[in-house]
Amino acid sequence: MHITDILVTGEPIIYGAMVSMALVGIALLFILTYFKKWKWLWSEWLTTVDHKKIGVMYILSALLMLFRGGVDAMMMRVQLAFPDLGFLNSQHYNEIFTTHGTIMIIFMAMPFLIGLMNIIVPLQIGARDFAFPYLNALSFWSFFFGMALFNISFVIGGSPDAGWTSYTPLSGAAMSPGPGQNFYLMGLQLSGIGTLATGINLMVTILKMRAPGMKLFHMPIFTWSTLVTCFIIVFAFPILTVALALLTIDRIFGAQFFTLTGEGLPMMWANLFWMWGHPEVYIVILPAFGIFSEVIATFAKKRLFGYNVMVWSMIVIALLSFLVWVHHFFTMGAGAFVNSVFSVSTMLIAVPTGVKIFNWLATLYKSKIEFTVPMLWSLAFIPSFILGGVTGVMLGMAAADYQFHNSYFLIAHFHYVLIAGTVFACFAGLVFWYPKMFGHKMNERLGKWAFWLFFFGFHVCFFPQYFLGLDGMPRRLFITNVAEWLPLNVISTVGAFGMGLGFIVFVYNVYYSFRYSARETTGDSWNGNGRTLEWATTTPVPYYNFATVPYVDEIDPYIRMKEEGKTTFEEDKVKPIHMPSYTGQPFIMMAFLGLASFGLVFEWMYVAVFGLIGAVFMMIRRSFDYDDGYYVPVEEIKRTEKKARGL
Amino acid sequence: MADSKKRVPMNHVIGFILSLVMTLVAAWAAIQSDLPVTWVIIGIMILALLQAGVQLFMFMHVTEASSGNGHVPWNMMFHGFALAGIIVAGSLFVMSFGHDHGDTGEHQQHEQQESEDHSGH
Repeated sequence: MHITDILVTGEPIIYGAMVSMALVGIALLFILTYFKKWKWLWSEWLTTVDHKKIGVMYILSALLMLFRGGVDAMMMRVQLAFPDLGFLNSQHYNEIFTTHGTIMIIFMAMPFLIGLMNIIVPLQIGARDFAFPYLNALSFWSFFFGMALFNISFVIGGSPDAGWTSYTPLSGAAMSPGPGQNFYLMGLQLSGIGTLATGINLMVTILKMRAPGMKLFHMPIFTWSTLVTCFIIVFAFPILTVALALLTIDRIFGAQFFTLTGEGLPMMWANLFWMWGHPEVYIVILPAFGIFSEVIATFAKKRLFGYNVMVWSMIVIALLSFLVWVHHFFTMGAGAFVNSVFSVSTMLIAVPTGVKIFNWLATLYKSKIEFTVPMLWSLAFIPSFILGGVTGVMLGMAAADYQFHNSYFLIAHFHYVLIAGTVFACFAGLVFWYPKMFGHKMNERLGKWAFWLFFFGFHVCFFPQYFLGLDGMPRRLFITNVAEWLPLNVISTVGAFGMGLGFIVFVYNVYYSFRYSARETTGDSWNGNGRTLEWATTTPVPYYNFATVPYVDEIDPYIRMKEEGKTTFEEDKVKPIHMPSYTGQPFIMMAFLGLASFGLVFEWMYVAVFGLIGAVFMMIRRSFDYDDGYYVPVEEIKRTEKKARGL
Repeated sequence: MADSKKRVPMNHVIGFILSLVMTLVAAWAAIQSDLPVTWVIIGIMILALLQAGVQLFMFMHVTEASSGNGHVPWNMMFHGFALAGIIVAGSLFVMSFGHDHGDTGEHQQHEQQESEDHSGH
C-alpha cells in the first residue's frame, strides 16, 4: 500500500494543516534535542505517577484540544457567514462539525475537568496521591493516545463525518465506508478506558483516603461534585463502551446489530448512545457546579449557603440524569406516552438545578464580593447558564420539541449550558488554582481582557442562534444562503471570533504570567481567603502534599486552622511518607493499545494483533511487578517544609 | 505486601482456569454444538451466572468484611442491578414505539380485531 492511499489529499486547508503539523513537530524535536530535554521529558513527565503532574498534562492537552475544536468552530462559522465563498465543501463541513463536537466533549471538557480534579481533589481531602497512582497514569495515557488517534484522522484516512452522535445507519459500514468512522469508534473506546479508570480511582480515593475526622459531609463541595460525577462515570460509561463495541463489530467484522438488512435495530444506537450521553452532560456540568461553588464562597468570603442542600441536589441530579435520555430523540416517534414520561422527568431536573442557582445567589447576598478573574467567570455563569437552562426546559416539552428539534435553537441551548457552564468553570478553576499548580498567579488585567472578550463573544455568537433556530435554520447545514438567516449568521460569526480572541489573550496570559508574575510566597494565594485544605499546603506543593495531615471535623477547615495558627507541618509529628515510584509502564502499555486501535481503524489485523499482544504482555509484566514504592525520610520532609515555609 | 511475593495465589489461578473453561464451553455451545436453541440459551445463561459468581467471589471483594458505611460491594452491586433494570426496562419501554407486543390479553384481542379488520378490506 502506498502512503498516498491513506493520506487525505486534494484539500488546500488540509495541506496547510499537514505542513504546519510537520513544522511544529520538527520544531519540538529540535528544541528537545538542542536543550537536551529528552531525559527530562521521560523521567519527569512521561513516567510520572504524581497526581499534580498528571493533572497538568490533562489540562495542557485540553487547552490544545480547545484550540483544535475552536478552529473547527470558526471554520464552520466562516462557511455559514459567507456561504457563497466556497470556503468548505460539504464533505469537509461534515467532518468538521463531527470533530468539533466530539473533541469539545470528549477531549476538551472531560480532560479539563478531570485535570482539575486530579490536582485539587487529593489536596482538598488531605491525601498524598490517588488511591491507585499507577492506574491514574494509565488513565491519562489512554486518554492521550485516544485523543492522538482521533486527531490524526484529518490528515490520515479522513475524519468521521456522521456527527458527534454518530447515528446508525448513517455511521454503519454501508453508508460510511472507509476508516473515518472507525477513528471515532476506536478513539472514544481507547480514551473511555481512561475515563472509567479515573472514575473508579477518584471514587476510591475520596471514599478511603480522606483526612482523619473528615466525614463525607465535611468534604469541600468540589470534592463532593467529583464523587457524584465518579458515580455517574462508573455507571454511564460502560453503556458507551458496549455501544461502541457493538458498532465496531458491525463495521469491522460484519455483524448486524445496527443495520436494517440483517434485522438489526438502527435506532437502538440512538437509545444506547443517549443512555450514556445524557449522564455524560452531567459528568461535565456537575464538576463545573463544584468549581463555581468554591470560587463563589471564596470571593464572597462566606460559607457556601445551604451546603447540605447543594450536595443533595447534586445527588438528585445524578439520579435523574439516568432517567431522561429519550428527550434527545422525542421525534423518533416513540409515542405520546413515552415522550410524556421523559418530558416530565426532564423538567424535574430543573428543580434541583434551580435550588443550586438560588443557593449561589444566597451565598452572594450581602457579601463583600471581590471581583477577581475567577469570580468574574463565576458571576457571568449564573445569568448565562439560566438562559441555557430555561431554553432547555422549553426543549424538554415534547410537543414543542417537534418544532425545536435539531434546529439552531437546540445548538444555542446546549452551547449556552456547555460554554457558560463547563467552559467558564474550566477557566474559573484554572485561574483560581493556577498558583497551586505553577507557583504564580495569572495576570489579572490580561485575565479580565480575556474574560470580557470571551464573555461578549459568547453571547454575540450564540444568542442570535436561538432566533436562527426559530426562523427554521437546521443544524449541520452546509448551504445557508437564505436571505433572512444571513444577518444573524454574520453576527454570530463575529461573536465566534471574539471568543477566539479571548482564548488567544488567555494563552498569551499564560506566557506573560510565567515571565512577569510575582512568585507566590504563601500557600494561601488569594489574599488569605482560602477556606479548604488545598490552600493549607505550601506553594509550590511538595510532591508528598502534606507533611502532616491535619484532623478535620468541619466544613472549610482551613479557616479554623488559620485562626489557631495550625499548619500542615507539625514538626514533632512528621513520619516517613510512603510514596509510589515513577514508572514508564503505563505509557508503553497504552502506546501498544494505541497501535492496536490504529490497526483496527484501517482493519490491518496484523498491526492490531501485534498491538494487543504488546498490551497484554505489559499487563502480565504489571502482575509480576512488586515495586511497593519508597519512603520519604523525615529529614528530607523537614528540609523541604522549612525551605518552603521560610522557617 | 511482602508475603504476596512468595504465595502462589491459588484462588486466582483456579478462578482464571474456571472462567476460561466456562467461556470456551459457552462458545462451543453457541457455535459448534447441535443442541436445540432453547437449551443453548438456558445453558449459556447458567454459565454466565456461574461466571459472574467466579468473578465476584474469587477475584473481587464480595467476601470482604463490611466497612464503616455499610457493605460497599453489595451496595455497588445494588446500584448496578438498578441501572441494568433501567437499561433493559427503559429500552423495552422506549423502543417498542408505542406498539404493544401482546403483553396483555386485552391488547391481544385488540390486535386480533385490528388484523381481522385489515384482512376484511
